[in-house]
Amino acid sequence: MSRLVSIHKGLDIRLQGLAEKQLKILPNSRIICVSPLDFHGLNPKLLVKEGDSVKIGDPLFFDKTNEALQFVTPASGTVKSIIRGEKRKILQVLIETSENQEYKNGSAEDVSKLSSEELKTKMLACGLWPFIKQRPIDVIADQNQEPKAIFVSAFDSSPLAPDYNFILEGRQEDLQTGFNALCQLTKGKVHLNIDAKNDSALFSNIKGVEINKFAGKHPAGNVGTQIHHIDPINKGEYIWTINVQDLVIIGNYFNTGKLNARRTIALSGSEVSEPQYYNVLIGSNLDGILKGKVKGNHVRFISGNVLTGDQKQQNDYLGYYHNQITVIPEGNNYKFFLTKGWLGLGFDKFSNSRLFPTFLLPKSKQFVLDTNTNGEERAFVVTGELERVFPFDIFPMQLVKAAMTKDIDGMENLGIYEVAPEDFALCEYVCTTKINIQDEIRKGLDIVAEECL
Amino acid sequence: MKFLENILHKMEPNFVKGAKYEKWNPLFETIATFAFTPKLVTTKGAHIRDGVDLKRTMMMVIIALIPCLLFGIYNTGHWQMVAELGNRNLPYWENGLNKFWNGSIIVLPLIVVSYGVGLGIEFIFGMLRGHSLHEGFLVSGMLIPLTMPADVPLWMVGVATAFAVIIGKEIFGGTGMNIINVALTARAFLFFAYPTSMSGDKVWMAGTETTKVDGFTGSTALGDLATFMSDKPVFQNLNGFTSEYTLSESFIGMIPGSVGETSTLACLIGAGILLITGVGSLRIMASFFVGGLAMGLLLNLMGGNPYFELPAVYHLVIGSFAFGAIFMATDPVSAAQTAKGKLVYGFLGGLLAILIRVLNPAYPEGVMLAILFMNISAPLIDYYVIQGNINRRLKRIKTA
Repeated sequence: MSRLVSIHKGLDIRLQGLAEKQLKILPNSRIICVSPLDFHGLNPKLLVKEGDSVKIGDPLFFDKTNEALQFVTPASGTVKSIIRGEKRKILQVLIETSENQEYKNGSAEDVSKLSSEELKTKMLACGLWPFIKQRPIDVIADQNQEPKAIFVSAFDSSPLAPDYNFILEGRQEDLQTGFNALCQLTKGKVHLNIDAKNDSALFSNIKGVEINKFAGKHPAGNVGTQIHHIDPINKGEYIWTINVQDLVIIGNYFNTGKLNARRTIALSGSEVSEPQYYNVLIGSNLDGILKGKVKGNHVRFISGNVLTGDQKQQNDYLGYYHNQITVIPEGNNYKFFLTKGWLGLGFDKFSNSRLFPTFLLPKSKQFVLDTNTNGEERAFVVTGELERVFPFDIFPMQLVKAAMTKDIDGMENLGIYEVAPEDFALCEYVCTTKINIQDEIRKGLDIVAEECL
Repeated sequence: MKFLENILHKMEPNFVKGAKYEKWNPLFETIATFAFTPKLVTTKGAHIRDGVDLKRTMMMVIIALIPCLLFGIYNTGHWQMVAELGNRNLPYWENGLNKFWNGSIIVLPLIVVSYGVGLGIEFIFGMLRGHSLHEGFLVSGMLIPLTMPADVPLWMVGVATAFAVIIGKEIFGGTGMNIINVALTARAFLFFAYPTSMSGDKVWMAGTETTKVDGFTGSTALGDLATFMSDKPVFQNLNGFTSEYTLSESFIGMIPGSVGETSTLACLIGAGILLITGVGSLRIMASFFVGGLAMGLLLNLMGGNPYFELPAVYHLVIGSFAFGAIFMATDPVSAAQTAKGKLVYGFLGGLLAILIRVLNPAYPEGVMLAILFMNISAPLIDYYVIQGNINRRLKRIKTA
């Protein structure tokens, strides 16, 4: 049974530089990075030292608070260096890849014959578990909890988002195996949420899952929005989520017995000369992907999308969960108030408010936006603007204020368990205050995780 | 503009932390950020941000106030001339330039005093707290003179502004933190501290006190209406009133009153600007008018007194009803903040405004008091709306 959910609130930010549907498969980059910082709240303990040789699937570090949870190398080679920050915090584990890629021993398995416990043990040991995240708190799932459902979003609605119909073409078999595995992990339902506008046989033919269609603007493709409209989370309940491309990696593992941690990413953004898709290894060096394809020299590199991604340098590495690299202009220049600044006509600004003429321009116009905040931080004055882009039955401003004031009761009452920072990305974009709302929600979630769970 | 930018660049090192003029940084920053949107970039979270900021939002309110200001200046000039000649039937649209000039001489000093005192205090607080000017006062500074009677002494405007900025806003933490509307705090302060300068029939037209014409009164529509509730009404019956203050004249604003409040037409133009740009809340404005109309109709039904029988539409066009509904009640900081809350807030505000206006003989106008009262009640309204949401969430657990 598929049901259609229409999302009426939201905002599609129309940026220039959508990736063309052309795929280029890149060889493994010379250096691969696995960073513990990609996993929020992780307390890593190293299992390798510099100079060790590793095969694909060998563990690099584990979580001190959950020792079964291991993080493995996606490439074989030698551990080149371990980069530490203040208080010897582990920032990056760098692997120099070898010519011949060797896999750690593994074998194909029929997931439907595995029990839930066996499957979990297997996934934890071979490094597949970090792909599964949980709500509330938006961290790697705790394998000891019983999820009431598992949600997979088959489309991304964020600005310049990759198209999974294109990326996963021909991967039907791995996808089905992945879903079979998810079905073993929960007694509840597995929800596959597909785009009502861009329906493809790839997803609608998946068996054993509940298929829901979503229509509307961003954040219709965010799994948080989908959970809220299908099966909202209450206190004490858990829902697991996984990105659909990561699910294919899991399915592929059980079909072949090998960890093939490559993914197709969209290289996009107004400062990219030929935006298109690339197939790369998780943790690849960005320079290898970006070389010769960046137009300006004063740009920001983002691993992920413009709303939720991480800021990187050109010699940094692709984030663990990211399916996209975006390059946009930096905005650290003064703008005279009557021309490009705060009192200008503003035809170049994309605004959700009608203070700028965006709403008069044709829907086909695409914008080049830079990283300028377009104003200084202020207190909350304007009301009702966050609600316009926040399709939850939650009061966004009140919840953000509760998070900022560390009001635990307030956060619980107002629905902190249902949200992740990414759900507030659009609120952060439109907010007149310029407050870093996602960061405030993250801090609030951390407090709640410590005090209430 | 490169030239200006270079000057700012050169001056900037003198104002950074540890430099010679560190203390004056808020002043420098305020001027610099007005001339140029600063080169701040996103560091956390979303890498791109919407073009809106508080400066543009507030500037749009000031633009929306311009029709009221211009009409107010003309109207002040007209009634000043009326007071001087002692002839209330002076043709309204004749001698326009002269009236506008005289009006400017009366109104502009009010604006200068209001901005001067208010911004001065804001800068002092800014320097104490180490932040640049927050834009809230830019609107309050324009609203304060528009709510004053033309004849108010300038020093009173200064004292009231100082009171409003310090007690009404800064002690709560500045822009965005105040509990009641800042401009109305200023007006309420004068209203209770210096009642003789804020009400009666001597203050609404500049020069009424000094006019040499015997027996001339500078009363307003509301002042005359209030006499229906006493033993000595100005008019024999309602017809007398409606021929002195016709509905169309009242709508256009050709009646005496506070500087910016008289013209419902100018207020509606402002409302249009606020609604098109999305700065003002349609929910509050519309429900405020509906609330006022409902109370007016209710009083019509009760009847038995000429004031009760005044057609309900009249209530919306005389006094400060439209001005209050459009510019005062919609102040997002002191109004209700939830969508449902805004409807309740506006409706009760309109209801109360007319109730106080008609039934309380001590106050000819009720809009200011009604909005202040609703400002105080807004958190309570929001509390119940939010509690409804919380209860819905709790109920989900119970039924699950």
